Amino acid sequence: MPPLTGPKSGDALFGSVERVNAELFTLTYGAIVRQLLTDLEEVEEVNKQLDQMGYNIGTRLVDEFLAKSNVSRCVDFKETADVIAKLGFKMFLGVTATVTNWDAEGTSCSFVLEDNPLVDFVELPDTCQGLQYCNVLSGVIRGALEMVSMKTEVTWVRDMLRGDDAYEMRVKLTKQVPEEYPYKDDD
Amino acid sequence: MFSFGGGSSLTSVVPDATPAPAAPPGTGTGANAQVLYVFNRGGVCLLYREWHRPLRTLDPTQDQKLMFGLLFSLRSFTAKIDPTTAEKGNLGVPLLPGQGCSFYSFKTNTYKLNFLESPSGIKLILITHPRTGDQRDTLKHIYNLYVEYVVKNPLYAPGTPINRCELFNKHLDQYVKTLI
Repeated sequence: MPPLTGPKSGDALFGSVERVNAELFTLTYGAIVRQLLTDLEEVEEVNKQLDQMGYNIGTRLVDEFLAKSNVSRCVDFKETADVIAKLGFKMFLGVTATVTNWDAEGTSCSFVLEDNPLVDFVELPDTCQGLQYCNVLSGVIRGALEMVSMKTEVTWVRDMLRGDDAYEMRVKLTKQVPEEYPYKDDD
Repeated sequence: MFSFGGGSSLTSVVPDATPAPAAPPGTGTGANAQVLYVFNRGGVCLLYREWHRPLRTLDPTQDQKLMFGLLFSLRSFTAKIDPTTAEKGNLGVPLLPGQGCSFYSFKTNTYKLNFLESPSGIKLILITHPRTGDQRDTLKHIYNLYVEYVVKNPLYAPGTPINRCELFNKHLDQYVKTLI
């Protein structure tokens, strides 16, 4: 029996998963956002809905990531953040994020994206100034981390659609929840 | 950096007063994979499949709770007796995913229990004939089947038993038939 392999590299992961045309993905997401803007009218409501949709995606995506990447431990938040940035973003979006701006306790950091495939072809009209166009990503991160027992808060710090030079997502670990014995009412 | 599995393999030292039992009926047609359980972090039994189980003593709910409790305790026990680490805490203190070492199988004179837990809390338990070898790759493959046919099924509600994922059941049965 050959030894079990460690985690695959980001490029190996990206090469091994089924892919769709990037433009189809980008334009489909754009259509979703446009439809939400039509349905909900308030940009703040659209932000919440995108985050919730992302959360629901993240809770499922994490199992695919864990199954295909051979990642087997998620105890240390710093290591986990590196894995998300180098493997997770590469596997699903084809880009690599940078982890930076750690606080002193190691519980808060930033993911910086110089390139974001979700926003190709996108321009925001003046009526959408409060819109977090990529809020689905913050929901995905939050949902995936919650499935590995890390409660987080994710906020956007920089947004190229607002004239910044990059995308920056601030991730703060609020609590790690150990596994509890679930049948407490049994005799 | 990262490694899948690892930890120790527990072997129960039971006096083998009788010869090893004959291979179960149908060996070579999947009988070496006898029972499969899948649990989530909350202790919900997502899947119970049985291919060869001569003895049943508890009703299914009690059996599944007992199995989950066994794994929970064994995981805690394994981490607490780890001679390589100093910070152990008390037996039974809940652990974070991946915290401490864990185990991947134990064996008695009549069966072998193989175990895989993902960081998302999905636990897969495959009970086989005691002479089967390392089943970690087998359980990883079953986990991949779970991802492909259950997690990616938009009609499946996470945290509920896997009842109507026909593709998953079909592919699982096909795969189990290949185990010898």
